[in-house]
Amino acid sequence: MLADKDRIFTNLYGLHDPGLKGARARGGWDGTKVLLERGRDAIVDEVKKSGLRGRGGAGFPTGLKWSFMPKQSDGRPHYLVVNADESEPGTCKDREIMRHDPHLLVEGCLIASFAMGANAAYIYVRGEYIREREALQRAVDEAYEAKLIGKDNIHGWDFDIIVTHGAGAYICGEETALLESLEGKKGMPRLKPPFPANMGLYGCPTTVNNVESIAVAPDILRRGAGWFASFGRPNNVGTKLFNISGHVNTPCTVEETMSIPFRELIETHAGGVRGGWDNLLAMIPGGSSCPIIPAHQCDTAIMDFDGMRELKSSFGTAAVIVMDKSTDVVRAITRISYFYKHESCGQCTPCREGMGWMWRVLERMCRGEAQKREIDMLFEVTQQIEGHTICAFADGAVWPVQGLIRHFRPEIEKRIDQYTANAHCGEPILQAAE
Amino acid sequence: MAARRLAEHQPDSFAFTAENRAWAEREIAKFPPGRQASAVISLLWRAQEQEGWVTKPAIEGVAAMLDMPQIRVLEVATFYTMFHLEPVGSNAHIQVCGTTPCMLRGAGELIDVCRRRVHPEPHHRSADGLLSWEEVECLGACVNAPMIQVSKDTYEDLTPEIFDGLLDSFRRGERPEPGPQNGRQYSMPITGLSSLTDIQYAADDVRPARKMQAAGRRKTNPGDAGGIEQRDWSAEYAGGDTLERASERQTGEARERSGGRDPATRSAENQEAGRVDPAGRSDEAAARSSAGGGKAQSVADTHGSGPRNPGPQSDRDTNDPGKGR
Repeated sequence: MLADKDRIFTNLYGLHDPGLKGARARGGWDGTKVLLERGRDAIVDEVKKSGLRGRGGAGFPTGLKWSFMPKQSDGRPHYLVVNADESEPGTCKDREIMRHDPHLLVEGCLIASFAMGANAAYIYVRGEYIREREALQRAVDEAYEAKLIGKDNIHGWDFDIIVTHGAGAYICGEETALLESLEGKKGMPRLKPPFPANMGLYGCPTTVNNVESIAVAPDILRRGAGWFASFGRPNNVGTKLFNISGHVNTPCTVEETMSIPFRELIETHAGGVRGGWDNLLAMIPGGSSCPIIPAHQCDTAIMDFDGMRELKSSFGTAAVIVMDKSTDVVRAITRISYFYKHESCGQCTPCREGMGWMWRVLERMCRGEAQKREIDMLFEVTQQIEGHTICAFADGAVWPVQGLIRHFRPEIEKRIDQYTANAHCGEPILQAAE
Repeated sequence: MAARRLAEHQPDSFAFTAENRAWAEREIAKFPPGRQASAVISLLWRAQEQEGWVTKPAIEGVAAMLDMPQIRVLEVATFYTMFHLEPVGSNAHIQVCGTTPCMLRGAGELIDVCRRRVHPEPHHRSADGLLSWEEVECLGACVNAPMIQVSKDTYEDLTPEIFDGLLDSFRRGERPEPGPQNGRQYSMPITGLSSLTDIQYAADDVRPARKMQAAGRRKTNPGDAGGIEQRDWSAEYAGGDTLERASERQTGEARERSGGRDPATRSAENQEAGRVDPAGRSDEAAARSSAGGGKAQSVADTHGSGPRNPGPQSDRDTNDPGKGR
């Protein structure tokens, strides 16, 4: 278990002052100028060395991403865009950062922008997080007032933060869709290349980072890359906010070390599975797009990028959704499928048509109103959708369905059998006409 | 994809109030010149707050303000699902999260309550026109499932009974205290802290825990949703050792937090100095102010006693411009 002295988010539950004074008392904004004086390259190197991987789901190394930005400006401004469009079902970690520890994010924005030569950062908050956006705006205002950011601030790097928001589109969490939305368009992902580091917001070099990735940067620099890299297994290092939801006794958000065993995580913080460990049916490890993991694999599951990949799932955003044996697992995945049908932006045909098709088939399978061969057909169609669209939305949408078929095929077949056996129950019994 | 159309019956005209127009102009100024289209979501949002829903004249008005073709604004209004394209309940539009994490913890029962008490169908107003409801996709409070959102506030950790009480309040035009309704401290385990117990916080850096309040009771200060109100939640539940700890911290002496910090870095920081803790209470700050000497900046600076920076951020979105709900 992570020692309290090593926790970055020390006001996770709002028991302390989220304002500037409180943030400073907890170590925020401490010697930020000294950090900046190390220079751009040293900061990027330190973040690279820390092994920090993006916390938004894909796990791309953050330092490497920062290094993609042009070293010299060609006249176009550079931008940092913070992706606070946290919409993956199960995920609610950035919410706690924005409403309770917003200064970590504001300070991180300054440092990251400096490291990339950006004088402006846009924080794109999902539309539903209205109070969170207000809390973040308060922190930004405080930072302006204290001259920590803004023109001629005490750090000597002119820097503006603009907090803006969406209006309820999951797809805007995809980085290029987010940029489109920021530009005032529908959130439809762009083809890559060109990558945002060359052509991003307003056609300028842009880096899009998750809230958590940015918020941990100041602490990494202050305490050193070695400190951050000392948690977790190689390639999966650091501390991480975990959201534990679903059928546990005490659902919660908690900061833990990477590579913590799944069982330890939920028994230490979430009070264990409802009805005991043996009552576990399955879990989804990192938000709705990650394939489901059945109970027998959960005993030894290690919560990190590699550990989840070994189980043919994905670490995602570390939003653990636990299901006990009372769960209708087919229904649960069908609901996820409906979510993706609802949120598809409609740009690419395989996704626009496929999402609805998958959902309709699954909806029938929930009731058992299907043929067994349709299970294979469904699996095949998911593979036809996967990788044939502009963005990774469709991939994320088919993985849970593939996971369901991979691990719970007997459950679907059982339902089909039951339905077939009772197929004529509801119909009136025909009688011969006299 | 959700197919969304404009409502059949539309008002004749739309105009921002003077206050909202001024706000909109500040919002547009946040973005670089020529990029005013970036403000389209904010402006439509403000129009929705003013009118209750996004009307066709509002779309046309926003397009004119931003110098955008009307079709582009129409696209945005129909693409983003938080824009209501038809009138919603005048007291409250209840958005029930129905996605899997909430579903697992009983969102279906909340939807049943909506069907029974508001209207059998989503997106329809109740007979008295006061309430409406819809099932929405994940609202991002999954550890507090099941939950609903009404206007700007979320009501979390619901049961059908509590939700019933909330509906009564909304119908009476009240705004109950938002946040977890079972007395939890935000996303903390309901049984109390499972982490963050070993840190000494500064004495003045402790806020009272949220106090449990019966669902549906009128809030004292409708403008404030920050959860600063007292809530004696731990009294209702086991594991009340959290509050004791909190009070311990309140009385205990303030000590520096970062035991995990590299000592070398810290001493370097001490010498090079960044700031003086305005409170002047923490040992760390005291040590630094004696060691840091001349480089430490003045308290006045850190407090920003100078003129307020008129940057684009300075506009704060806290006051509710909507109708007097």
